[in-house]
Amino acid sequence: MQAEPDHAHAADAGFRHIVRMEGVQKYFGAVHALRNINLAIGRNEIVGLIGDNGAGKSTLIKVLTGVIPPSSGRIFVRDVEIDLAHHSVGHAHAMSIETVYQDKSLGEKQPLWRNFFVGRQITNRFGFINIREEKRIAQDILLNTIGFRGVGIGVDSNVKQLSGGERQGIAIGRAMHFNSDLIILDEPTVALAVAEVRKVLDFVRRIKSSGRACIYIEHNLAHVHEVADRLLVLDRGEVVADVHPKDMTVPELTEFLIALQHKL
Amino acid sequence: MPDRRARPSLFARIEGLPIIVVFALLLALFMYTAPQVFLQPQIYTTLLSTAPPLILLAAGLTFVISAGEIDLSFPAIIAFSGYVFAVLFKEYQLGWLAVLGGLASGLLVGVVNGLLIARIGIPSFIATLGTQFFWSGMATVLSGGKSYALRGADDSSVWQWIVGNFGDPNSIAWQDQVSIQAIWTALIVLALWFVLNRHVFGEHVLFIGDSKDVARVVGINVERETIKLYTMMGGLAAIAAMMLTLENKNYFGGQGQGYLLTAIAAVLIGGTSIFGGRATLVGTMFGCFIIWMLEAGLVASGLTGAWVRTVQGLIFLIAIVFYLFVEEPGRRASFFGRFRGQAQPGRRKPTGGHAAPGGAGPHQG
Repeated sequence: MQAEPDHAHAADAGFRHIVRMEGVQKYFGAVHALRNINLAIGRNEIVGLIGDNGAGKSTLIKVLTGVIPPSSGRIFVRDVEIDLAHHSVGHAHAMSIETVYQDKSLGEKQPLWRNFFVGRQITNRFGFINIREEKRIAQDILLNTIGFRGVGIGVDSNVKQLSGGERQGIAIGRAMHFNSDLIILDEPTVALAVAEVRKVLDFVRRIKSSGRACIYIEHNLAHVHEVADRLLVLDRGEVVADVHPKDMTVPELTEFLIALQHKL
Repeated sequence: MPDRRARPSLFARIEGLPIIVVFALLLALFMYTAPQVFLQPQIYTTLLSTAPPLILLAAGLTFVISAGEIDLSFPAIIAFSGYVFAVLFKEYQLGWLAVLGGLASGLLVGVVNGLLIARIGIPSFIATLGTQFFWSGMATVLSGGKSYALRGADDSSVWQWIVGNFGDPNSIAWQDQVSIQAIWTALIVLALWFVLNRHVFGEHVLFIGDSKDVARVVGINVERETIKLYTMMGGLAAIAAMMLTLENKNYFGGQGQGYLLTAIAAVLIGGTSIFGGRATLVGTMFGCFIIWMLEAGLVASGLTGAWVRTVQGLIFLIAIVFYLFVEEPGRRASFFGRFRGQAQPGRRKPTGGHAAPGGAGPHQG
């Protein structure tokens, strides 16, 4: 797969929702993991996805990004229905949807420039990598897209040398470079120190200001409340609330989630 | 800021430098203990004619090990492909077609390995242990345990092109003894170096070795690349088998057995990570030279052959322990912390270094 950054559809402004799900259900055997999910993500919207462990957040994302197929329902990308029989991770990438996983996005022992381009290398027709070009672009992403200035990180640095927040920055910068219209962040601040969390939240804001959409899965309500335009609350496989952060403070939101747990 | 972000050291910038230094030291040692051998050119022309099979196997294994896998079946591929080649060459007089047949048989065994590991999901250690028995058994059954002497093979163009000499075949001067297989091997290794360091396939292998989960997330087809990997290993083992058979002008079923430890040892001594994700073909080359030189050097220095395996095994273990500490700063810290623990508390863990977590990264301090 040698997908060049695809600028063609970015210019195409003819859609309202980057992603829309209608009546999506998912069963794992007898377990009803997703119940009649209806949601729509606007083209330049940061949507926080919150809910307790086992609420179905990860399942929802996996269905959306083609990792697992839904049992029933319809999914639209840029208002066009997709053929779920052929949905896959590669297909989602090709449609400019990219997921940044907490621990699974970067090769630890590999230099940053390889991490930026792996899976989408710049090559000649024999499959040999144009290292000079990849490094040049990687350098550009480091400085301009994610703003790593003066921290002594170069394109030849290994991922191992980076802090947790910097790693999230690299993965987010990669998604932005490849013009992902929707970047899904899977708990990017878990196990990070406070200063590192701040960095990650800044990266999330960069996603918004670059005109993209983001689904932000988070346990920590304060983090997601700070950057999201809208919060979707998931409970036992169902979307139970669609909240604007302005309408609800963090303590109110916490109360609401606790109340959900006691509801039978 | 800590020094973690300083320019990489000299050791990090020149591929395989530590092992090149070790090689040079060993060579100097043997030149001192056995000057009658190591200060003569013949030993080095012998190296050029006998080391290529080991080098080809180790080069292939460098890819396999850096992908976080292992292949134990290559001695059987040497037996099986060597048999296929010897029969086609001797009984059927097929000449170059026999070479193609031998190569195809190696690729086939490799594909089967790849399918077992990638599609069925058997751990490579077990899968290739099984295929090792299967194919070496198959070679014994088919050959009836016989060896095939390829007398007169040196008149064929196959022999002359694959393992011939550059010089006058009747001369015994060292410059006439330079073997052509050394050139083929050097070209193959050079090509593999470019594949490993500059090609998409090499990059995919390194990411797979780093973490299969990450490899999948970034869109690498892990199964397909794994099958390719074992196919390549099979092909390289087949080439090694044919060189070995032609060089000895004889095929026998056990001809691959001595390579299991030596080839794996050469890769790990060279500095390729046993945990996958990091590989150096330059290191592997020098690992091969060291393994080979130990054999010649210990015997020439007056030790018996029985010592050779012992010392090779020892060096193998020392190398693994050494790289383990270099690679995993957490382990190193906890190891040295154990000595410092009581008398003088460690820098990072005032409560005693042995409590340091094994997997801690360098940036945690």
